[in-house]
Amino acid sequence: MEKFNTFKGIAAPFNILNVDTDKIIPKQFLTTIKRTGLGKHVFDEMRYKKDGSENPNFVLNQKPYDKTNILIAGDNFGCGSSREHAPWALKDFGIKCIISTSFADIFYNNSFKNGLLPIMVTKDERDALLEDAKDKENPEIEIDLENQEIRRPNGGKIKFKIDPFRKKCLLEGLDDIGLTELHENKIKSFEESRSIKHPWL
Amino acid sequence: MSKTLYDKIWQSHLINEQDDGTSLIYIDRHLVHEVTSPQAFEGLRLSNRKVNSPKRTLAVADHNVPTLDRELGIKEEDSRIQVEELDKNVEEFQIPYFNMNDTRQGIVHVIGPEQGFTQPGMTIVCGDSHTATHGAFGSLAFGIGTSEVEHVLATQTLIQKKAMNMLINITGNLDKIVTSKDLILYIIGKIGTAGGTGCVIEYSGNALRDMSMESRMTICNMSIEAGARAGMIAPDDITFNYLYEKPMAPKNEDWDKAVNWWKTLPSDSGAKFDKIVDIDATKVTQTITWGTSPEEIVSIDGTVPNPDKISDEVKQNKIKRSIEYMGLTPGQKISDVEINTVFIGSCTNSRIEDIRSAAEIIKGKKVSTSVKALVVPGSGLVKKQAEEEGLDVIFKHAGFEWREPGCSMCLAMNSDKLNEGDRCASTSNRNFEGRQGKGGRTHLVSPEIAAASAITGKLTDPRNVT
Repeated sequence: MEKFNTFKGIAAPFNILNVDTDKIIPKQFLTTIKRTGLGKHVFDEMRYKKDGSENPNFVLNQKPYDKTNILIAGDNFGCGSSREHAPWALKDFGIKCIISTSFADIFYNNSFKNGLLPIMVTKDERDALLEDAKDKENPEIEIDLENQEIRRPNGGKIKFKIDPFRKKCLLEGLDDIGLTELHENKIKSFEESRSIKHPWL
Repeated sequence: MSKTLYDKIWQSHLINEQDDGTSLIYIDRHLVHEVTSPQAFEGLRLSNRKVNSPKRTLAVADHNVPTLDRELGIKEEDSRIQVEELDKNVEEFQIPYFNMNDTRQGIVHVIGPEQGFTQPGMTIVCGDSHTATHGAFGSLAFGIGTSEVEHVLATQTLIQKKAMNMLINITGNLDKIVTSKDLILYIIGKIGTAGGTGCVIEYSGNALRDMSMESRMTICNMSIEAGARAGMIAPDDITFNYLYEKPMAPKNEDWDKAVNWWKTLPSDSGAKFDKIVDIDATKVTQTITWGTSPEEIVSIDGTVPNPDKISDEVKQNKIKRSIEYMGLTPGQKISDVEINTVFIGSCTNSRIEDIRSAAEIIKGKKVSTSVKALVVPGSGLVKKQAEEEGLDVIFKHAGFEWREPGCSMCLAMNSDKLNEGDRCASTSNRNFEGRQGKGGRTHLVSPEIAAASAITGKLTDPRNVT
C-alpha cells in the first residue's frame, strides 16, 4: 500500500446524514472483478441526471469541488453494506480523507485498508470545517497524519485521535497480511490446541 | 470475573494482543460469495499465497444469480463473469462450493445455518454485512470487506479490536400478531441506525426464548441496520435441536462434547455491559418503514411524520428528502399507501417459517391485479421443503411468481428490480434510495404484511384480510 503523506487538498462540504454505501457506489457497479475504475461512478445517483449528464446541483460536479480530496461529511458516514467498492470508488475519484463526527464500523475499517483516512472530530469541529469548505475561493485544508492535525485555511489547527496501529500502517504503507504472517507460529500452535480441545471445529 | 457471551468467544479466539488492544483473532468459518471475493483471490495470486484452511471455508453464488430460467445461464455479461470467476477460484484454491445448480445453493446466510456450518461459540465472517445473521446461534459473526476476505483466506485470522458489549433486553411478551421482523424494526427505530456503532449487541429476554431459530436469525440479521457489526443470542435447546443432525454439525461423541461446551457460553449473571437498552415487548406493534432509512419506522396503523415538527435542521432535511423520494405526504395514513410490487425473500425473511407464514395468509386468496408479487426462497432446500408442503401451489394459485433461490430483489443485482416509481412491500432489510432499483420505493415489512399487502394492493394489517 502507498504511504500516507501529509497533503493539502480541496475540501468539499458534504453534510448529509447517514450516507450509505449504496449511495456511495450503487449495486450496478459491483459486478466488477477489479479494484480500480470506480471513481466515475461514485455517488452515481446524485451525480448524474437520468439522461446521464452531470447534475450541476451536486457539489462534486461544481468547481473547485470536482477536484476534491477531502470530504467534510454528515454523521454516520458509510453505513449499510460491507462493500469495499465504496472506499475504492472514493479513492479512485481522488478522495484521500473523510472527516465526520462518526462512521459506520465496516466502512471505517475498509477505508484504512485502502489508504483512505477517516478522521473523527467533534460536531463543532466538523461544523467549522464545513464552513471552511464552503468558501469556494479558499477551500484547501491540510491533513497531517504524523502529527494528528488538521490545518484550516485560517491557520487554525484541529487535533484528532487515531488508533496508533492504524496510523503506523498508513504512514508506512504496511500490508496487514504480511504483518499477520509474522505470527505464523502462534497461529499454528493455536490451531493445534484447538483441534484437541474442540475437534469438530 | 463474570463474562458476556461476546467476551467468552473473543477470549477463546485470541491469538495475539498488542498493548494498544489491536488483536489477532482466529476465524472458525468463512463464507464466500461472488461479489466481494474476486479481488481477494486476485490478491492471493499476485502475492503467491494459498488459502490457509479450505475446509473452514464455504463458497456459494447468490447475489447475482438469476431466479428465472436458471438452466439458460446468466444473461448479463458482468454478472456472468463474476460467477464464472468464483467457479474458477474455488477450483484453483480447492474450496467447498455449492454452484448455481446445486440444490443446496442459496443465500449465503441461509445455507450456513441450514448445513450446520454455523455453530455456537464460533467466529464466522463473510464479505457481507448481513453476516450478523449467524449470531442467532450464539456465535460471533460479522461482515468484512474484501481486503479482510483476502486476509482470512490467507491466514484464517483477522486483525481486530474488541468492540463494546451492548445488551438489548426485551422485557415482557410480544403480542401474538407481532413478529420478529416487527421487533427488530421497532428496535432500530428506537436506537437509530448508528445506535449500535462500535458495539456487539446481545439480545436477551423471555420473548426470544420462545422464538424459533428462523425468527432469531431475522433479529440478528438486521443488527447492522442498527449500526452494530454483530448481534447475538445465547444458544439454548432450540438452537441445539435446530443443529442436530445437520450435515456439517458435529456427530456422535463430538456432538455431546459440543453441546456441553455450548451450554457454558451464555453470559454469566452479573456480566458487565457497556450499554444497556430496555425494550418493553408489550409496546411493540406491527412495524414497517415509511422512509429511506431503516430507522424511519411507523406502526401499520400509523401515519407519515410531519418534518415541520422536527427542530434539528439536518434531521428535518433528511425526513423531507425521504418523504419526497417516497412520494408520500406528511400525516398520510400508511395503510392508505398503494403498492405495486411485493417481494418475499432475502437473508432476513426467506426461510421456511417465513414462507409458511406468508402462505397462511395467501391461502385461498388472489393477488391484487395491480400488484406483481414474487417469492424467492432462501435456498434450494427451503424451496424443496416448501414444495413438499404444497406451499408453492398456494402462492402460484394466488398469482405469485415462485422463483429460484438467491438474493434477488433485495439488492437488485440480477434482473429482479424495481422500475422508477414502483413501490414495493419487501421482506428485505434495506430501504435506501435506489436499493431495489433506481427510483424504486421500498417499505420494509414482515412476510405477513407483505402477503396481506399483495392481496389488497395497499400496505395492510394481516388481520384485515381474513
